[in-house]
This record gives sequence, C-alpha cells and structure tokens, in this order.
Amino acid sequence: MQPRAFCSQSTVVIVAGKGGVGKTTVAATMALMAARAGRRALVVDVEGTAALPALFGRDAPLGYEPVTLEAASDGSGPVIGRTLTPDDALAEYLDDHGLRRVSKRMTATGTLELVATAIPGIKDILVLGKVKQLEQAAPSQGTDLIVVDAPAAGHAVGFLATARGLLDAIGVGPIRAQSADVLDLLTDPRRCQVLLVTLPEETPVNEVVETAFLLEDRVGVKLGPVVVNGMIPVLDLPDDVAGAAAEAGVVLDPAARGALSAAARFRRHRQELQARQVERLAGALPLPQLRLPFLWTTELGRPELGALADALAGAVTDLPDAEPPETAQPPETTQPPEPPVTGTPEPPNDAGPPA
Amino acid sequence: MSTPSLTDALAGADVVICAGPGGVGKTTTAAAVAVHAAASGQRACVVTIDPAKRLADALGLEALGNEPHPVEGPWGDGGGLWALMLDTKSTFDTLVRRYAAGPQQAGAILSNPFYRNISGALSGTQEYMAVEKLYELHDEGRFDLVVVDTPPTRQALDFLDAPRRLMRFLDNRIFRVLMMPTRAGLRAVNVATQLLLRVISRVVGGEVVGQALAFFTAFEGMEQGFRDRTDRVEALLRAETTRYVLIASPRAAATAEACYFARRLAAAGMGVAAVVENRVFPDYGPPPPGIDTPKAAALPNSRSLSALLANAAELHRVATSEARHIRALAAATPGARLVRVPFLTDEVHDLVGLSEVAAHLFPGS
Repeated sequence: MQPRAFCSQSTVVIVAGKGGVGKTTVAATMALMAARAGRRALVVDVEGTAALPALFGRDAPLGYEPVTLEAASDGSGPVIGRTLTPDDALAEYLDDHGLRRVSKRMTATGTLELVATAIPGIKDILVLGKVKQLEQAAPSQGTDLIVVDAPAAGHAVGFLATARGLLDAIGVGPIRAQSADVLDLLTDPRRCQVLLVTLPEETPVNEVVETAFLLEDRVGVKLGPVVVNGMIPVLDLPDDVAGAAAEAGVVLDPAARGALSAAARFRRHRQELQARQVERLAGALPLPQLRLPFLWTTELGRPELGALADALAGAVTDLPDAEPPETAQPPETTQPPEPPVTGTPEPPNDAGPPA
Repeated sequence: MSTPSLTDALAGADVVICAGPGGVGKTTTAAAVAVHAAASGQRACVVTIDPAKRLADALGLEALGNEPHPVEGPWGDGGGLWALMLDTKSTFDTLVRRYAAGPQQAGAILSNPFYRNISGALSGTQEYMAVEKLYELHDEGRFDLVVVDTPPTRQALDFLDAPRRLMRFLDNRIFRVLMMPTRAGLRAVNVATQLLLRVISRVVGGEVVGQALAFFTAFEGMEQGFRDRTDRVEALLRAETTRYVLIASPRAAATAEACYFARRLAAAGMGVAAVVENRVFPDYGPPPPGIDTPKAAALPNSRSLSALLANAAELHRVATSEARHIRALAAATPGARLVRVPFLTDEVHDLVGLSEVAAHLFPGS
C-alpha cells in the first residue's frame, strides 16, 4: 500500500499503547510520514509532555495553540502540533456554550475534579469530543490527518470505552449527545482507526493482545496494523569470530575476539527473543505488523524521526492494499497524488531498514 | 571500590517505596527487593499495583482480597514473603468504616454512587490508597519490611501529593456550598459560584449533583479523622526508616521523568536512597583498533567480520548514549546508590527470575 493511501484511510488515527513502548514516537513518525506523502498532518498530544516537540527538534513544550512542527515544503505537507488536555477541552466546551466567564474558575477551583468524579470518563469524553470537532473542521482548516497521541499506562481502553459507557449511564443532556457523536466517530472506520504500539517483548506483547481484544469488544473501533517498535535489525552473526577474521585475512588479538564474540552472543540472543515474540504476536492477533527499527540511540530527535518515518513508509509499502469495501474516499485535496517517498533529504539511517 | 549494591542504601529501612516512570520494571524491582529481604531472614511484604499476569501468578496474586498472603519460597530463618495487590476501593472502604461514627454513617457513604466513583475516577485516589495501605501494614507491625510499588499513573510520581490532594478535594468550598441545605444558603454565596453550580447541574444533571450533596452530607464529621490520618501517613513518608528507590531505564523519557521525581523528592525534603537503572545494554567497548566496519567491508570475504564489527559498534554506541542518561540521573540524585541491572536473559515471571534480579540489586549477599 502506498503511504499516501495508508494515511488517507481515515481522518483520525489514534495511537495507543502502554507506557514505555514508544507511543509518542510512533505518533510523531506517523504524522511525519503522512506529511511527506503530501498530507497535512495535525498531531494532538493529550498529556502535554515535552517528548513530542523534542522529536521535531524543539525545546518548548506544545500548547493549546497549534504550532508548526515541520513546515510544508515541495510536495510535503506540514506537521502541526498542539495539546488537548482535559482542562483545555473543558475550557473550550464552556466557551462554546457561552460560559467563558466560569471556565477559568472551574479549572482553577478544582471543580473539574468534582465533575470528573461525579461522572467518570467525562475528561476523556471532553477530549474525544474535541477531537471529533477537529475532525469535522478538518476540511475547512486544511487538515488531512489528525494523529492523536492517546494517554498511556493502560488507560487506552478506558479512554476509548468512555463514550459507550456514558451513553449507557446518562439519559439526556449535552454529555450524552457528545458521547453519541464520539461513538459515531470511533466506530466509523472511514473516520477513525487505532494504531496499537508494542515492543517485541513478552509483557508488552501480552498487553497489546489484551488491549486489542478489549477495544474490539468494548468499543468496536477499527484497528489498524500493530506497530512493533524497537526491533533490533537482524544481523547474521557467526559463532566463530576467529574464523570470520581469518576469512577476511584479518588477525584479531584475543581481547578483541572475546569482545566481538560476547557482543555477537548478546545480539543473537536478543534477535531470537524478539523473533519469538513477533511470531507469538502474529499468532495471537490477526493484524498486520508494521515494524520500526531500534536506532541504537536513546536520544531521538529530528534525524532519528526522519529515519523512522522512512522505515514506516517502507513497512507500509509492503502491506497489501486495503480491502475494497472499506477503501476510503479521501476528501478532495488540491494536491495531485505524490510519488512514493524516496530520496528524501534525510541523514542516512545507519540502523538499516526494519527487519 | 565495592560493587554497587542496595544493601547499604536500605540498611535499617522498614519501608521501601519504589517510584519511577511506567514501563521500566518497577513492579519487578519492588518484588525482587522483598524476595531478597525474605531470603535474608526478614518478614517482608510487597504491595503491588499492576503486576504483569505471569508475575502475579508467581506471587499467588490471583486470589482476591486486599490482605497480604504468604508466598512459599526458600526463605531464610524467621523470614517470609507476603504479597498483596492493592484494591483501591476496598482500602478506601476500610478507611471509611474506621472513621465513621457508626455503621449507619459508613453505610450511607459506602452505598452512595458518588462515593463509588471516587475510587475509580478521582485522580490521586489510587496513589493515596497505596500509601494508606502502606501505613496500615507498617502500623500493624507484622512485617520487618514493607515494599510498595507506586501506580503507573500519567505522571507516575504524584503519590507524594496524594494525601493532600484528597483532603483538598474533601475540603473544596464548592462542596461546602453544595452542602448548604437551604435556598438561603445558596443566596448567601456569590453570583459567580451560583453560576458555577448551575453550569455543573446543566452539564452533569441534577441527579449527580444530588448524589454529590448526599455524599458530602454523609461525610460530615469525618474530616478530622481523615485529616489526622493524613498527617500520620505523611509522617511515615518522611520517616528516616522510609527509603525511596528510584527506578528508571536509561532512555530519554524515563530519565526526564525520574529526574523530575528526584527534584520533587528533594523539594519535599526527602532524599533518594538508591537509583536502579533497568534494562541496561552491555558495553563490550569500542571496536578493536586497526579495523572497523568500512575497512573490513573493503576486504574480500569479509561479510561475517563486517557484521561482527557492525554489531560491536552499534552496541557500543547505544551503551555510550545510555551512559549519558545514567550520568544525568546520577547527577540529579547526589548521595544515592546507583545499581545497574542489565537486560536479563528472559522475562521475570517466577521466584527464580526475581532472585536473579535480586542478585543484581544486592551483589555478594
């Protein structure tokens, strides 16, 4: 599938996963890949952390006002970023209902806590309601794709199941209407899909399988491919270090042989573990996998994000085309279809393509 | 210089609080600390929040209930391991029963729908109940050591504020207004507050406001008991025998969160006794002198050698990058012991695995 087609399947993509699996990185990667495929991407951070702007090489945390994280250029759309915290969403909800004057007081006095306690899930529904609003306004705002970096730490199911829960719990009123709208959005595959993120390790795999089934059962949201982040690129590493050196006509001292041999043992072991886990994931979850490489660094900035976007585009290109009945009619844009993303002016990705 | 160990950092401790961002092996580390104590002849209890399923099975946490239960194992003389998985609601229920004037008041609160939502929806409740349970177990005096895992919340680090935050919630003047029984009372409050109340009613419905009102009415008279308890819980959090172990992993986001937490603890006048860096890549050093990947690639028949060199270079690169994070967290936690736990050969899901982690945390003991 072409990356542009992949990014045109739905207007909203919600990226979800447990803490520590690289959910924010994947959200940023998805947005950048979409932009390079000529889509205009908006990435929404519901927690307001510094991680998202840092991936685009920016120090300042995002705020409520949209900022350009990546300018549009020849053939590429922009990446716009903004936060959308529950407090933001409540303030805007009240503004929209002509209650601007109380909105400040409500957030400042802890009244949001009262409301949130009275109706669990109201924070989530305010945020998702605002996402729905952004989606509705997308054509007029010049947005093609909205990538939502969902809350972490196992809240993904709760976050997305809120709308159905509130519909069952509340008979009338604006919150019920909001919940119904949000549920419409979540259950329409042409409008919204969820990308689940995991790592090729035992516990993250177990958790993503559980989350996937819960989301299907309790929300009915369309699940896109599972993103397996942090895949160690596979190298064919021989046991016999001395032999490999001799083959190339190189003599290594014992210390060097020992170090290379120990390093190879470690890598082979990690490679075996991750192969077992992605296989287990494939067996447990009938979803395609998009694998992103581990980049051998713990600091991800703009160059690494570019490399990951390349890798994601490559993995997407390897996916089969979407099943015909679900093929979305992408909203008309003024731009002609872009050629596949190649030869982007990125630093080389020395981690190589995903395994 | 001796191998870094938690032994000194935890000497004389009767409470260990394991804190840190999500996804770095906090629960496993907490359990390993308790396993080590039990093996050393202490009566140790680990309070976990959200264990991975196989670890929960290994600790016998399948069973429901909010009380510690014994875990069989090769414990030292007089030692033993107990484990419990925190049940936030049942901990809160116990607290309500303790401070209610009688069964009637307790019943009125426990059956109130608004109260039932507090345990699930009020941010900070789970954190507070974790320290509340910790206080209860410590207070009972049954254990030599109580190890508590902190919840994987969004901030992951807010349990220090949790007792205060709950009190603020229960003290909120909005609720005082809600509790005024007569319209005269409502007239006495200012226009802005009345507007706020109308907004709440309009958004959430009158029924919900009624439930909240009933809750705060039923709660009346219990605030002092809660407040006193909160003070004692806070005193325990500050006690010299309570030690903080900061658990992190040498990645950018985890390090940033851990540094933030170290600053928060320092600002609260508490220190970090030890830092545990989990999932650390091994470093086999830079590639051997005289030969590197590009040079090798130019040689004939060098595919295998090139791969070996590339691997060593990549591992060295990530280890170097991790070392920067480890140094940054060490700088933010002066005086704390630093222990590195490497990538383990397999995931930890039994007592053998926990003992392996404990061997890294307490080498040579």
